[in-house]
Amino acid sequence: MSVKTVVPPKRRQRFSVYMSRYWPLYCMLILPTAFCLLFKYWPMTGLVMAFKNFKMMRGIWGSAWNGLDNFRYLFSRPESVGVILQTLKLNLLDLLFGFTMPIILSILLNEVRSKAFKRITQTVIYLPHFLSWVIIASLFIMLLRTETGMINIIASNMGGKKVPYLEDNFLWQVVYIFIGVWQSMGWGTIIYLAAITGISAELYEAATVDGAGRFAKIWHVTLPGIRGTIVTLLIMNLGRILGSSFERVNSLSNPYVVLKSANVISTYIYRVGLANGKYHYATAMGLFQNVIGIILILIADRAAKAMGESGLI
Amino acid sequence: METNMERSKRKHRAIHQSAGSRAFDIIIHVILIIVGLLCLLPFLHVAAMSFSSNGAVISQRVFFLPVEFSLDGYKMVIQDPSMMRSLWITVLVTVGFTALGMILSILAAYPLTKKALKGRGFFAFLYMFTMYFGGGLIPEYLLMNDLKMLNTVWSLILPLSFSAYNIIILRSFMQSSIPDSLEEAAFLDGASYWGVLFRVVLPLSTPVLATLCLFFAVGRWNAYGDALYYISSSKLYPLQLKLYYLMGMASDAATLAEGGSTNYVTGEVVKATCVMFATLPIIILYPFLQRYFVTGIMIGAVKG
Repeated sequence: MSVKTVVPPKRRQRFSVYMSRYWPLYCMLILPTAFCLLFKYWPMTGLVMAFKNFKMMRGIWGSAWNGLDNFRYLFSRPESVGVILQTLKLNLLDLLFGFTMPIILSILLNEVRSKAFKRITQTVIYLPHFLSWVIIASLFIMLLRTETGMINIIASNMGGKKVPYLEDNFLWQVVYIFIGVWQSMGWGTIIYLAAITGISAELYEAATVDGAGRFAKIWHVTLPGIRGTIVTLLIMNLGRILGSSFERVNSLSNPYVVLKSANVISTYIYRVGLANGKYHYATAMGLFQNVIGIILILIADRAAKAMGESGLI
Repeated sequence: METNMERSKRKHRAIHQSAGSRAFDIIIHVILIIVGLLCLLPFLHVAAMSFSSNGAVISQRVFFLPVEFSLDGYKMVIQDPSMMRSLWITVLVTVGFTALGMILSILAAYPLTKKALKGRGFFAFLYMFTMYFGGGLIPEYLLMNDLKMLNTVWSLILPLSFSAYNIIILRSFMQSSIPDSLEEAAFLDGASYWGVLFRVVLPLSTPVLATLCLFFAVGRWNAYGDALYYISSSKLYPLQLKLYYLMGMASDAATLAEGGSTNYVTGEVVKATCVMFATLPIIILYPFLQRYFVTGIMIGAVKG
């Protein structure tokens, strides 16, 4: 009865009551939002350059529109098409080797009974994750240089031939994939080891009762137990198949490979855009990469959710 | 008799299994030791070079242990003013970047944990979208140009300090690990949102705050891409970019000749020393890094 007599507050009143309580939270959001808009969203408006014939004098907005000419130019030139294909190729190879190594390593680590050995191994194989690409490239350049690299010195001391690991375009790609695996294989085991910890001990006991050996247990208990994690991570990686780490490619690059094996989207954008000043071509290439990237991520997210995983977004 | 035979059969199988199992153990240990050595040896080689004499390096006798132990490389690096300048720039930028990044992450993450906040979904989307889409190199470069930040340390501090990924990690920690009842108790005592943030939420978030600090600091310490784009004055080179030029990694520039043949011998030891020098903070902090990075990856994996 008394409920009826309560007059609902007017809209404006309700709003002011709400704001008097919550305005500090909006105050907190001001600074991060300002940074987000200025440094993340404002550059997105610069993407219109991809549809313009950019002239520095006239600026982004004053330059003339030229429709899809920049994209036509990119897709009609063997070099830029080659750059896209090379990016795909290196990323697929990365997926093949870089994705499987952590799975294998985590299963091996899980089979180790000595806690001390496991800890020491983990400490050692996590280390490369914390090194910068310049450092990593420096380490491997010093190891692999043709004349003064340690590997070649040892090889020639033993009567072998010196191998141009970094100058030969095929071998350079092998090295590139190797340093990627080297950097990430240890770190990648963390998520799988966590998933393995989550597997019920009863499953292993049941397998033991059934007479399963250790290999059978890996195959029938451990692997199915981390299947969900593998699928999620695989889909996430597929979503990034057109991305490319500028620092990893660029720091390992040299004049022998820079226009061939090491010519990927990120380094192409840097060279054509910043070094040669063809801003609109570089921006068009960047936009292409970004749009394909976001489409792939959306597809990957749908796929992960369709398979009953938690998805990415 | 039958039972006896069965028993001996089972015994035999047990022995057989354990022998197979032991072989399996040995193989696993051998593989893991090889992998571990692979991770360490490249580093040991360069460390050995940095502690060796020029003569030993020139005659190619240095592998994994220092030959003719010497600290000449370190002396030269420490006495080189441009190197010390790069170190100073890197420390300055790393500290500023980390502080700013933490402030932005805290201010963004806390409000987003409040379900009753109107516009929460909008802000969350606004932030998260930047993880998947961006303007790219050229528009970002032109922005730096418009803001007159090219060739200043600001270009290394400001743009990357907003990190959506770190905001997600902090938010999901605050959401899952801090009980609402604690905050409510503080509100009943008359605390404001700011008070609750500083006196309740942040003190309870110290492990994840440490993790984020290290994420920001290590990321900034290790990056050189943006410095390569935005910094052309050698006075402002951060350590990693300095190393990049020193190692002759710039495939297009005249620096190639500079890093090349003229002073090859001293060059090698100094190069190795510089690599060690730029890695030293990471090595010193490594025990913390390992622990806190694992924490971070676990929180990130729960949602995201």
